Order: sequence, then C-alpha cells, then structure tokens
Amino acid sequence: MNRALLAGVAAAGLAWAAAAAEPAANPYEKNVAPQARTELDRLVLAKLEKLGIQPANICSDAVFVRRAYLDIIGTLPTGKEAWAFIQSQEPNKRTALVDVLMQRPEFTDYWTMKWDETLRVKAEFPINLWPNAVQAYHRWIFTAVRDNMPFDKFARELLTANGSNFRVGPVNFYRAVQNKEPAGLAQAAALTFLGERADKWPKDKLAAFSGFFAQIGFKSTLEWKEEFVYFNTALATNGLTQKARFPDGTPAKIGPEDDPRVVFADWLISAKNPVFARVAVNRVWTWLLGRGIVHEPDDFRADNPPSNPELLDYLAKELVKAKWDLRQIYRLILTSEVYQLSSLPKTRGAAAEANFAYYPLRKLEAEVLIDALNQITGTTEKYVSAIPEPFTYIPEDQRAIQLGDGSISSSFLEMFGRPSRDTGLWAERNSKTSADQVLHMLNSSHVQRKLEQSPKLMGLMRNATSSREIIGGLYLMILSRPPTEQEWKTIADYAQLGVAPAVAENSKGGKSGKSGKSGKFQKGGSSSKTSSGSSKGREAALDIAWSLFNSQEFLYRH
Amino acid sequence: MKTILTANDMTRRDALRWTALGAGGLMVGGLPARAAVRPATAKSVIQIWMWGGPAHLDTFDPKPDAGNDYTGPLNKPIETNVPGIRIGELLPILAKRADKYSILRTMTHGNNGHETASYMVQTGHKPGDGTVYPGVGAVVSLFKGYAGGYKGLLPPYIVMTKLQGRFAEAGFLGSRAKPFATGGDPAQSRFVVEGVVAEGISDQRQQARRGLMHNLNTLGQTMADDPAVVDAVKAEQAAYDLILGDAGKVFDLSQEKESLREAYGKTRFGQSCLMARRLVERGVPYITINYEGWDTHKGHFNDMRRKLPELDKGMGTLLKDLADRGLLESTIVWWGGEFGRTPKVQWEPPWNGGRNHFGKVFSHVVAGGGFKGGRVVGETNATGEEVKTRPIYVTDLITSMYDLLGIDSNAKLPHPQGLDVAVMRPDTGVAGSNKLTEIM
Repeated sequence: MNRALLAGVAAAGLAWAAAAAEPAANPYEKNVAPQARTELDRLVLAKLEKLGIQPANICSDAVFVRRAYLDIIGTLPTGKEAWAFIQSQEPNKRTALVDVLMQRPEFTDYWTMKWDETLRVKAEFPINLWPNAVQAYHRWIFTAVRDNMPFDKFARELLTANGSNFRVGPVNFYRAVQNKEPAGLAQAAALTFLGERADKWPKDKLAAFSGFFAQIGFKSTLEWKEEFVYFNTALATNGLTQKARFPDGTPAKIGPEDDPRVVFADWLISAKNPVFARVAVNRVWTWLLGRGIVHEPDDFRADNPPSNPELLDYLAKELVKAKWDLRQIYRLILTSEVYQLSSLPKTRGAAAEANFAYYPLRKLEAEVLIDALNQITGTTEKYVSAIPEPFTYIPEDQRAIQLGDGSISSSFLEMFGRPSRDTGLWAERNSKTSADQVLHMLNSSHVQRKLEQSPKLMGLMRNATSSREIIGGLYLMILSRPPTEQEWKTIADYAQLGVAPAVAENSKGGKSGKSGKSGKFQKGGSSSKTSSGSSKGREAALDIAWSLFNSQEFLYRH
Repeated sequence: MKTILTANDMTRRDALRWTALGAGGLMVGGLPARAAVRPATAKSVIQIWMWGGPAHLDTFDPKPDAGNDYTGPLNKPIETNVPGIRIGELLPILAKRADKYSILRTMTHGNNGHETASYMVQTGHKPGDGTVYPGVGAVVSLFKGYAGGYKGLLPPYIVMTKLQGRFAEAGFLGSRAKPFATGGDPAQSRFVVEGVVAEGISDQRQQARRGLMHNLNTLGQTMADDPAVVDAVKAEQAAYDLILGDAGKVFDLSQEKESLREAYGKTRFGQSCLMARRLVERGVPYITINYEGWDTHKGHFNDMRRKLPELDKGMGTLLKDLADRGLLESTIVWWGGEFGRTPKVQWEPPWNGGRNHFGKVFSHVVAGGGFKGGRVVGETNATGEEVKTRPIYVTDLITSMYDLLGIDSNAKLPHPQGLDVAVMRPDTGVAGSNKLTEIM
C-alpha cells in the first residue's frame, strides 16, 4: 500500500463514525431501510410485509465492497480497492462496482469453481475421470463461463456431446458418475438440470426416465485411459429407449435413428418446460445469497415448495427473456436492494431466513479463505495430487479458486470443508465451523508462519511512518474498512498491557505524518518504532493481524 | 466435531462438537438405540496402517522353503514364543510377543490398485454403487465417540501424523467426520501438533492476544446471538481448552520415561506408537498411525532391513506396554495395509529385487480388545500366492472388530440425503460373512 493511502486511512480513522454519511451504531449498516426499486425488490419486500417481517437495513459501503468482491469474484478486495470504494462519492458506485467485478478474470475462475463442484470435476476416486479428462472438462467449463455461453446451450452440450474424454470436455458429464448404468446417468442428469434427487423417485418413474440414457456407449482406445462417449445404436435392443418417458409423465417419441439424449435435451430446454430455468436461477440465487428460494437448490420436489414462488417465476422468466444469459440474472440480483441488506437482522427466525429478510452470515469457502490469507500476507500455498502425473504439477502462486481438479488439494482445503465432488450436491460443501478449523486459525504453525514471514506485512511496517498507519493498513487489508473509535482504543489499551508497547504509542494522536518534512520514512525515528526497529512493535502488529484473522468479520461473509 | 451424528447435520445450523461442550445439540439424533450384538470388550482401536502394502512373506507369512526366487535374502524365519508359529527374521521383538496377537494369513480381495484396495480394506465395501462409505475409523468414532459416552476434549478420531489424501476417511459422512491429523513429528524434541502446540508463542502472549482478539471482534459482539457466532464462540472455547488447558499435555512425550521412549524407538513410527498408547489412556476411541514407505517396488530388501526393525520396536513395545498397563484387554491393535506384495521376487530391471502389489492373499495382524493371541488364522500355499484354507474377507475382519466394540453392523448410518444405509451391507460388502470366531 502506498504512503498517501496509508496516511489517508490513518487520518480518517478517528473520525470514521462521524465522517460516514449516515451515522450508524456500527460500521456494518446504514440507517436506511430498503426500498422497492426493482421488481425483484418488490417481490421480496411484499412477501416480508405480508409476513410481518421487518427487513434489515441497507449495509454500509465497507460491508458492500467486501461482500461484492467475495461474492462476485471469490476474492478479497485489497486495502487500496476497499478504500477507494469507501471514499468514492459516485452516486451509483455500488452498481458500477458490480459491473466492474463481473468483467474481472476472477469472475470466470470463481464461477468455474462452482460449476466444477456441481459437475463433479475430479480425477481420482470415486469419480475417476483421470487427469487428462479433468483438464478437458474443466477447460470446457471455464471457457463456457468466460465466454458466457447461453445456459440452454451449456446444458445441451453437456447432455449430448460425443467424442474423446481427452478432447471433448463435455462428454465427461456422463463419465463423472459412479454408476454408469442408465439409471445412474439419469440420476446425474436429473440432479444437475432438474434439481431433483431421482433416487427418491418411484421406481417406474426412474426406469422410464432412464430410457433417455440407455444408448450411451463408452469405448476405450489404444491411448491409456482414453474413452469415447457416443450414441451407441446397438444398445437399442435393450428396450429401455422405447419406454422412455419425460419426468412429467409424457411418453417420448424416439425413432431408431434418434439419439435419445438429444430428445431429452430438447425437451429440457424448450420454452414449454419452466423447470429448467427455475432450477438454474435458483442455483445462482443460492450461491449469491446463501439460501435457495427452493432450498436446497438440488432438492426440487412437490413437498419442498419455493419460499417465494412469484420471485422464482420472475427470475426464471427473466432468464428466458435474456436468451439464457445467466450474467443478466447475476446482475439483477447483485444490483437489487435485497442483495444490499445488512447481516444484522431486525427479525430473526426461520421465516425471516427463508424469505431473505437479511444477508446471512456464511463462512468463507476453504478456497476463498486460503486465497485471502495468501493475498494479505503475500505468501503462497502448496497443492498436490495424490497421483504424481506430470500435468498435475501446480505452480507455486496458484490460487485455490483456480484449481480445476477436485483431487488436487491441501490439508487446509480439506479441513475447511472443500467439497469432495463425489455427488455434485450443494450440501457437500461443509459450511460449519469446527474446533479443528478454529485451532488451525488460532494456533497452527501454518498460519503463524504466514504472519511472521509475510512480505506484505513487513512491507507495510517498513513503509508506514506511524503505528496509526500500520493499524489502519492492517484493517483495510484484512477487514476492508478502517478501525472504529472503539477499536483504536482497544489497541491502545493492548499497548498498556506491556506486551507490545510500541505499536499503539501514538494511536491516540490525531494526524499522522510526523516522520519528517518530506513525509519519507525515517528508520528508527521517534514515531516509527513500530517498524523493523522494534521487535515488540512487530509482534504487536502481528498480534493485531492475528486477532483480525480470527474474527468472525474476517472468517464469514457478512 | 469429528463426528456427524444426525442425518441432517450438514444443513443444520447446529452447535459443533468435538468436545463435551454443548454436547446436547447434535449428539445422538440418528443413532439407533438397538442393543449391541454382544457386550463390548473393546473400547479403542489403534490401527497401524501399512501404507503402500507390506510384503507378507517378509513379515508374518514366511516361506523359507519356496526358494530364493520367493524369499530373497530373507530366508531364515524365526520361532516365536508360541510353538509352531514362525515369523520374519527381522522381527525378533514381535517374535517374543506372539502370544499377544493373532496372524490372519489369508486376507484376500484380489485388487491390486492402491486406491480401490485401500478403500475396500478401510471400509469393508466394494466401490461403485454410488455410495462412498466411511472408513472404520469414522464409524468407530461415530459410535464410540460422543454418542457412545466419550467425554474427552481430544477429538475421538486422531491420525498420526498425516491423512492419506487418496481416500476420504469420512465417506458420505462428510468432512466433519474426518479425523484430526496431528501433523508434526513425535520423534522431535517437541511434538508440534498442528493447532494445539505452537512454537515460539509463550502462554503469556497466548493469553494476552486472546483478550485482544475478543475485544477486536466487533462483528461477533454485534451479532452475538447469531447461530454461526454462537458456534464459533463454543469452538474457540474448546480450542483453548486444548491449547492452554491440561488436555493438550497428552502430546508432551517428555512426560514419559526416557528408557521407554528408547524401547519404542526414537523414530516417527516408534513415538507415534507411544503417543497412541497415551491417547488410549485418555479414552480416545480410534487412533490411526499412517505408516509410510511400504510400497517397495525397487530395492525391496534394503528397505526391509531398514524398516522392519523400526516396525518391530514400535509395535513390539506397544503390545507389551498396553499389556503391562492392563489396556490390551480393551484395545484392539490392527496391523495391515491395502494388500500384500508379490511372493515372487522381481529380480529383473528396473525392479532389481522388488515386490509388486498383491491383493490375492496377504496378512493382517490383530491383538487385544477381545481377540485372542497366539493364533494363526488361515493357511496359504507353499509360495504364499494362494489361499489354501479359510479365506478371510475384509468384511469378516471388520464385522468381527465391530462385534468386539459393541457396534451393530446392521445399524443405520446417518446419511446426508437420508438414504437407508447400514454400517455393513452383505450385498455391497467385500464378500464373506465368516467372523473370526476362531480368535474371539
């Protein structure tokens, strides 16, 4: 972070609450209630009003910038980015930020990761796609997300592709299952595109649906682990195809030359089938807001109705209207007032939660968390595959959200609940806090080493001219906001304990920039003992960073 | 919280568990209240996982008469303290303690791939029916952990020192049923257990910065009633009980007599065995020692000369130490890997005296917890390549252990999608249903 920025944060610090446009009791919300500015807002707020539930206030700019980065690109804003947004006087800066973030390359990385989970992209047991096939599959998904492939086309290609698993990425959809019998393939298609758990269907319904997947051939080649997936007309004799019925019970007309997968895919994406779009928009909604309109997003069934059917219908129709451009649905949600609600509920309870009366606290995904720790500290992480293939070598600066293969991992990712990609279920990702995660954040050599050997934090301490700048910088880098008055005071009190005198010595002083006329850092100067000159000061700064790493504000989306 | 105990745990915003704290929340829910098949004799399991697959001919099933192409240089097996039982010549300490354990010489599943074989041996299930089963450790710590009356602060399923990676121990139970991996090296002067023991941070600084953390936790204070925050606060309390409280002292091996530490061997494996005994004393139901280095394709016999004495000291001393303390009666020690190794030596390059994977027949060893010692179950042919009598399938072994632990193999496991899944299913299990009644 540069000097001018640091000085600015330090100066702003004390007056933080007063300087905010609408003074609030905490740094997380504005004293402003949401307005029905869009149709989406109207549908959510009307439902809340009907239920007598008061929605939360609109979140503060500091919360919004952090939330938008984490939700849209799975990446923490840098201190500089957070500060620029907080300081900006642009009237439409929130919408502008959404638009900017959706163009960032990390948008593709992050949303490819979500689809990789849903589509079970994993080289090893029990999916066993094999590394070359994983590369092709992941790459195809990545390209589709990057180029914003219309969602109907996306689904159709996954369902109907033919060719080599090493060369035609989407054919791996049918290979990424443990049970390759027609019923197993049918279950995968139902889960992914109908959001239904077909293993719970009546037996005859599943049998009839399996007919669409009864002529998928798998054929190995002379190349090790290469496999062709294709329409195998010879399998027509099994009789299943002739009995194929759509999930709504309508019998299918499949001629002897017709690939039954194509017949199903065309039915799935046709305008007459509203389910497909509903499942798609509900997934996006769940990803962005932590809870589905139908919840869980892969458990559509008659006795699990949407909490707000009008909202679900509205979004689904918007997707069709947008010619299956999912990004327009992202934008619709992200620029709504509903998305901007703070995480401090005015009403608690199951109904408030199910009807989106506030933005729920959610643990950062394992991948996002480790990337954030690496970004803040300027350190890297090692990822390995259990199978030492040359093409699974991972460069040192690899970000976890870019890992294409569920079999390439680290103990941190496993401990913090990265999904195993065995089933494609949304709930496979473990979003709960466990004691071993807490132990790891509090006390592991892994995290402690990141702090102590951090080039970024050392740089901050070297370049800052006062402890105020260091503390302000840490807050922006880690929590994406300056400290509150109370927090400045806490840090000053910590110094009084005698554990770390230097860091807070002048945190009660007003302006920064005492270090010299030129504003240049003077090593060992009277106001800069916090820098490399003082190991106590360094220790205290690390203790502050460590404390912030262990705060819920850092560990959770909020 | 290594255990998931209810079917809907994955989606419930419920309290976490690992410790006795807040034990009300997700404890028993999905566990059946069925009576156990028989009174449990075993409380804990120490699993010595011979990662990579150890050669049965060089350990517990020597074939000195099969000729040099089978024995290689290790052709002089030794008598044990049980008449009629001979084992490999590099295991003299274990030879003196053969009365404490039984050798299962006819384990078989026929698979020669590490992944699939590991999955079968550690779960007792065949892959491929769409369900990924939890390993024995996850099952035992589910039934014998907090739901089974365990109240310790230590996690109920501990792995030394690292996870296998290839295979998800928890299966469909999910990441919360995963073991706690210690990291670190118990043979070092300080066993730095990841998260529990931090180097270079004094207790005073720990206390001070904990206070600072609480005071700077502005969002947590603002939202103290949020279920996620309540969970996090509980987990933090549990964590500090380990970091600063007495529970974490279990990892301080300097509390043991130096002579005993020497007897175990000052190696990662030897000290892991000692550590396992200390964990058993504190009631931890399942401990796995992932013992690396047994996938000996090349230079096999040099590896055996280096590694078998280490195994001998660690495991031999563990059996005696457990017996001396009266713990062996209630502790199953289970030794074995995913398969054995080809009885016929591969002398040709590039192996130059190596042994390959061999799932057709291999040895496992069990001791304690209700298993009799001093027996051999099953007989292999003259070259150790075929089962001659009494094939032992993985299910036979695992259901026998569950019996001794008082775990009903027909009980339902909590499945995240509510599927009806039993602990062991004869139809998907790795064939066989002949429990090891010979030694129970």
